[in-house]
This record gives sequence, C-alpha cells and structure tokens, in this order.
Amino acid sequence: MTVRHLLAGLVLGAIAPLSLAAGGGALMDYTPDVSNSASVQRGAANFMNYCSGCHSLRFLRYQTLAEDHEVPEDLLAENLMFTSEKPGDHILTAMPSEAATGWFGQAPPDLSLTARARGADWVYSFLMTFYVDPSKATGVNNLQLKGASMPHVLGHLEGYKVVAEGEPKEDKGGHGAHKGPEFEYVQAGALTPKEYEAFVRDITNFLSYAAEPGAKERHALGRWVLLYLFLLIPLTWLIKKEYWKDVH
Amino acid sequence: MGIQANPHGTTGFLGWIDDRFPLTKIWKDHVAEYYAPKNFNFWYYFGSLAMLVLVNQLLTGIFLAMHYKPSAAEAFSSVEYIMRDVPFGDLLRYLHSTGASAFFIVVYLHMYRGLIYGSYRKPRELIWIFGCLIYLVLMAEAFAGYVLPWGQMSYWGAQVIISLFGAIPVIGPDLVIWIQGDYVPSDATLNRLFSLHVVALPFVLVGLVVAHLMALHEVGSNNPDGIDIKENKDENGVPRDGIAFHPYYTVKDLFGVSIFLTLFLGVVFFLPDAGGYFLEKPNFEEANPAVTPEHIAPVWYFTPFYAMLRAVPDKLGGVIVMFAAVLILFVLPWLDRSKVRSIRYKGWISKVAMITFAINFVVLAWLGLEPPSDAKTLAARVGTVIYFLFFLLMPIYTKMESTKPVPARVTS
Repeated sequence: MTVRHLLAGLVLGAIAPLSLAAGGGALMDYTPDVSNSASVQRGAANFMNYCSGCHSLRFLRYQTLAEDHEVPEDLLAENLMFTSEKPGDHILTAMPSEAATGWFGQAPPDLSLTARARGADWVYSFLMTFYVDPSKATGVNNLQLKGASMPHVLGHLEGYKVVAEGEPKEDKGGHGAHKGPEFEYVQAGALTPKEYEAFVRDITNFLSYAAEPGAKERHALGRWVLLYLFLLIPLTWLIKKEYWKDVH
Repeated sequence: MGIQANPHGTTGFLGWIDDRFPLTKIWKDHVAEYYAPKNFNFWYYFGSLAMLVLVNQLLTGIFLAMHYKPSAAEAFSSVEYIMRDVPFGDLLRYLHSTGASAFFIVVYLHMYRGLIYGSYRKPRELIWIFGCLIYLVLMAEAFAGYVLPWGQMSYWGAQVIISLFGAIPVIGPDLVIWIQGDYVPSDATLNRLFSLHVVALPFVLVGLVVAHLMALHEVGSNNPDGIDIKENKDENGVPRDGIAFHPYYTVKDLFGVSIFLTLFLGVVFFLPDAGGYFLEKPNFEEANPAVTPEHIAPVWYFTPFYAMLRAVPDKLGGVIVMFAAVLILFVLPWLDRSKVRSIRYKGWISKVAMITFAINFVVLAWLGLEPPSDAKTLAARVGTVIYFLFFLLMPIYTKMESTKPVPARVTS
C-alpha cells in the first residue's frame, strides 16, 4: 500500500486545493483493506446471509471470490452459494425485481459497484447510521441516506438507536473511525456496538473488493513495473549523456 | 526536376528497395539527417510524448474494441466484463482512460511551449494550425470516448454537450435530434459515437499528426531562443547549431519517456481514477435517463471551457464564447506582432501576460469542476475576460513593448 499512498500524495498533492469533483459527503471515514482476506471472507459470508436475499452482485462470480480469497470449493458451495449451483455464476438474488419494486417502492439496487460509485466511506456510514424513526413505514431512517426505503435488516444484531439530543459529546480520543453522529441505544442487539462495527467493517471490505476484484493483483504487478522503470531511468540518462558528449 | 529514385545511391537489398520506395530518403530526411536545434529544453519532451500517448491509445483501443459492446443495453456490463473477466482487461482499460488524461496533459504543455517560444510565428503558421486542428479533434474524440462506458456521467455529459447544439437559432432543436438519432441520448447515440470514436476521428487525428510533422520537417524546429538555425550553416549545409534528431534526440527522448512512463504507469497501476478526476465516481453507476446526478461536471480537461460556457448568462452566447475560446487559437500567428519569437527576448508585458494566462487557465479549470455559486460565476466571468484579452490585446502589447536583442547563435 505504500507505493499507492506515495503516488496518491504525489498526484493529489498537486491538485489538492481542488475539492473532489464527485462523491464524498460521507458522515464517517473508513479506509477499506481488501488485502485482509479473513475480513473479506467474513464480509462475504455476512453478505450472503443478510444482504443477498435482496441485493445482487451481478458482476461478481462466486468462483472469482473463492479464487481471490482462498475459499475452498466445498466451503464455497456450503456457506456462500445460496442462489446458484455453478461456481462460475454471477451472484444474483432470488428476489423478483418487479415484486420488490411493489414492496419497497424501488427494487433493491445491485451492489457490485456501490463501493466505487459512492465510496467505502459511504457504505460504512450507511450501515452505521440506521436510527428509529416512527414516521417511516419501516420504523427506521438513515442519516447517510435520508428516507432510505431499506428496513434495518441488521437491527437484531446491532439493536436500535435514536439520534442523541443536544450538544455532540467531547471527542473521547482513540479510533478515528468513531467520529460522526452520536446515538443512544434504545434496544440492545445480539452484538455489542464494537462487534457490530467490526461486522460492518467486514461487509465494507467485502463490497470494496467486489467493486474491483482485480485491484490487488494489479497493485502487485505494478510494483514490479515501477521497479523496472526506476532501474531504467538512470540507464536512459547515462546513454543520453554518453551520446551528448560530442555536442558542444 | 522530377523525383530522383534512390538519391543516396544505396546498393544491395536496401538499394533494391530504394530504387522503388524512398526508404533511406525518408529515414535520412526525417530522422538521421533532420537537424534540430541543440538547445531544446524540458519543454521539448512533450511532442514525442504526445506521439507515445497516441500510440498507447490506438493499441489499447484496438483491444478494448474487441471486447466492448456498443449498445445501451450491454455497454456498461461489457466494460465491467473487460475489468473482471478479460485477462489484463483492467490494465487495458486503465491504460486507455489514464491515457486520455495524459494526452491532454502533454498536449496542453506542448501547446504552452509553442506559446512561450513563439513556435507559431512565420514560417510555422501551418504547424500551429494543424496542431489546433489536432486539439479540436482530440476534444471530440475524448468526448465520444467518455460516453462509451454508458455510466451516469457518460449519459448526462452527452446530454449536456449535445444539447448545446440546441442553442443554435432555427435549426437547433432539429439538429440535436439528428445528432442523437433520437429525442434523448440513447442506443442510437451511443452506437454512432462509437463509430466516430474508433473509426472516423482516429483516422482524421492520425492524418493531422502526419501533416503536423511534415510541416514541421519542411521548415525545421523552432527553439527556446526563437532563432533560425538554418541561417548559419557549415560547409556541408548542416546548421552549426543543429544536431541530428537521431541519435541525439532519440536517446534524449528515451530518457523523457522513462520518466513519463514512471508517472503514467504509477497512476495506471495504483490510482487509475485519480480520486475522481480521471474516472468520475458517478460513472460507476449505469446510465439512468430517469435519474439526473446531483452535479454534472465534465472531465478535468474540458472544464476551462465549461466554466466559460457557464459564465455567460445566455445559452447561445455561452456556446459562442466556448467555441470562440478554442477557435481564437487558430489566428494566434497573426495576433503576435513582436519583433522576436521567444518569451526570453520579449518585454515584461508579454511575460506577465503569459504567466497570467497560464494561472487563469488553471483557475478556470477548477471553476468548471465546481458547482456554480454567485462568487464562482463572477470569478469565471473575470477569467473568461482575461482569457480573451490575452489574445485580443496581443497585437497591441507585443508591438508597443521594447524587446531585448536576440543573439546570433543559440544559448545553452
């Protein structure tokens, strides 16, 4: 990741005064780590259990996921493949789109590229900011996506919370990811807040992976390409110097 | 005097070829015995780099077109298919998309080089005009290419740009329908932009590049001193301040290429969307005619002109100003009345104008990316006026300012 950060600094440093043209606007910061296979695997399992009933990943194949994150074929079939028999298939949902439109007002979107289109920050913030809102048909609303038609599917895990009244509390220090809106729990869930946050991190890592499965491999190849070029630069400089000796 | 076959009198196999085709003549005229001034500096890398990027676009484009589907129903999925299932498909795509931005970076620097050293002045007016045509076609090519992935920005960008033609009086609305092949951007629009992007425009582009280079080699390269090196030749007819393009500039450009590739491939491998500047985030959502994105901004290389378009309250006026901003470049050779070519020997007004112009262009580019506000619209108006004043006042300030004496030989 260091090469990437270095380049990000170089390129974006030059254009840093410009605010980003698109995206942004997430309530909380989260930097995904797609190289953490254990986390991506957990995220994939959680996705299949809690999300795939409604949301597809129509550009990701089960097999690609298994190969990229070393999931053995039997475990893949047993734990992750609920909508298909063939590992080469794309991850689709069993929910018929027309009926879903009737139930929710709009069909649950495909999530293949959400982490790229909206950003990992956004996905993380969305899953972290469901709150109780009796005015909504689902009983919950979302701070990141106001008026979201999605029910709080993870409510029994996280519990239910309301937006805290009054002044935001003093920064307690510690984890950067915790900054953002303050909530108060009105009903505890099966997971502690810490466990739920880890759960959301895993799903966000998985969706970030799903948005661009080739990124890890490309970064690995890129390191060799840059190493080659770093060796080439002094050589081309020396050959230039050699030829230009006779130019006065 | 007609054409003499094999003027260099080669023999053997090469002679057999040269008797029938000017292979040695082309090699010598354009490479081995093309004498370029020896004082080229940093700014002179960008011509050969533009050529490199062009080749990159052509080669990666050929392979992308093998997998891409130019239909509204399949385009977006086929791009993701390239990204995920085609071996090295993500590299092909990023080389091409980053190449588009790199093309504009090197072309803008190449043009600015021409501007500061007066490379458009007599006898190089046609080189400059061919160059402006290349720039114009490049913008059309980039626009058509940006529509092809059929994401939200592709779709709404196409909608905004094509609708500009609707501002033309009388024929405007019908013209828009004719261009789109439909009442809104659609499958028909995508299909024809694909045709333009992969056949018509590259064909014209390559032809113009050949014309640009032929005109250059006919009159010879300018240099940072703006001196005619052909006025001082040795007994063999070789300019005393000239050196053969090959090997001197080929090896020098090789060094430039290795630096360029390091930066370019660094972005391709590690930062292909450049934080939303090279690949805009909303373009990872499939085109949806029913949902307008919150903020539609073109890719960075169009934004100076987009800022000028928005700066004018009247739509037709904005369109005229935007096109005029590009077209005014064509008459530049006749606006500069200075006694000298290079900024090195021009007066302080030209120097201030040149720096102001560059800063202003960057500011306009930034304004074009931003959602409009009162203050930003005002700034864009000021920027638009500065942009045009740079050109329109040029005949006056280049003529009245005092210039420095130009040396007889190039300085190192």
